[in-house]
Amino acid sequence: MSSTTLSMTPDHATHDHASHDASSTTKLGFWVYVMSDCLIFAVLFATFGVLAGNTANGPAGHDIFSLPYVATETMLLLLSSFTFGAGMLSARSGRRAPVLGWLIVTLLLGATFVGMEIHEFAALIHDGTGPDVSAFLSAYFTLVGTHGLHVSLGILWLGVMLHQIYHYGLDEVVMRRLSCLSLFWHFLDLVWICVFTFVYLREFV
Amino acid sequence: MSTSLSHHATAHAHADAEAHGDMKSYFIGFVLSLALTAASFGTVMSPIVPHAWRLGSIVALCVAQLLVQLSYFLHLGTAKSQAQNTAIFVCTGFLIAVVVAGSLWVMHNADVNMMPDSMSVQAALHHV
Repeated sequence: MSSTTLSMTPDHATHDHASHDASSTTKLGFWVYVMSDCLIFAVLFATFGVLAGNTANGPAGHDIFSLPYVATETMLLLLSSFTFGAGMLSARSGRRAPVLGWLIVTLLLGATFVGMEIHEFAALIHDGTGPDVSAFLSAYFTLVGTHGLHVSLGILWLGVMLHQIYHYGLDEVVMRRLSCLSLFWHFLDLVWICVFTFVYLREFV
Repeated sequence: MSTSLSHHATAHAHADAEAHGDMKSYFIGFVLSLALTAASFGTVMSPIVPHAWRLGSIVALCVAQLLVQLSYFLHLGTAKSQAQNTAIFVCTGFLIAVVVAGSLWVMHNADVNMMPDSMSVQAALHHV
């Protein structure tokens, strides 16, 4: 008995170590992707910063933006970051039902955020202040639209993960994918902090 | 034996909490972010802060909130398991600073040295 245990232990340990290595390599690789995505946003922010004053006789930001609306969007995204974190904690303790609950709340908050952004864009275009009016509006729609596109893809990924958790449970592969999505989701909240500061609030300074 | 096992388990749980956070750290991060967001919007929407200080205030609050979320939500830090991620992040931060500050600086200079709209090409040639 004792010898069996002994001979089992190193084997088990090696296996555990190897799989942990594979998982942390994936997460490191995904982090490198997130950082390269960060550079895309840096370039879009730089472009926006350069072009923000070029309104070409069109409206400036403070004529068309509504701060209470942006504050509501910010709350939705911040709250969704927190509910995702709570979902990850439930996932690590292996409880499937609360994970599904937290992630569904996260998905609804994210979808409401995207809905508000689409509504904002549609209203701007309807009022004749679309991306074709000035360099400022082109840069604005590109920057904020790219962020919205990322959130939409995050929602799609979240839907896929809900399906996988429901059908396969919280196994190693699902947990690895969930960790990557968690990085992605929190990263989008970080980008939004820069968006509301440099795109919206700066206009009203 | 049992002491060493439980010690090992505690150490593991501790390392785990450091790498992934726990409910308390998520909650602290959330409350701090909420406060910093409210302060940012308050700076601009209320008359309390003088106009000259507003831009500096919202930039400082933005950086503070980025740091809060990086440490409480993304768990970046100097812990051994996170050191690599943190190093990559610092390199990316450097690249972002070069790209953003460089673009703004170069384009600002181009703007300042540009021929004014009011002057025609002919007038500019005579002017030189």
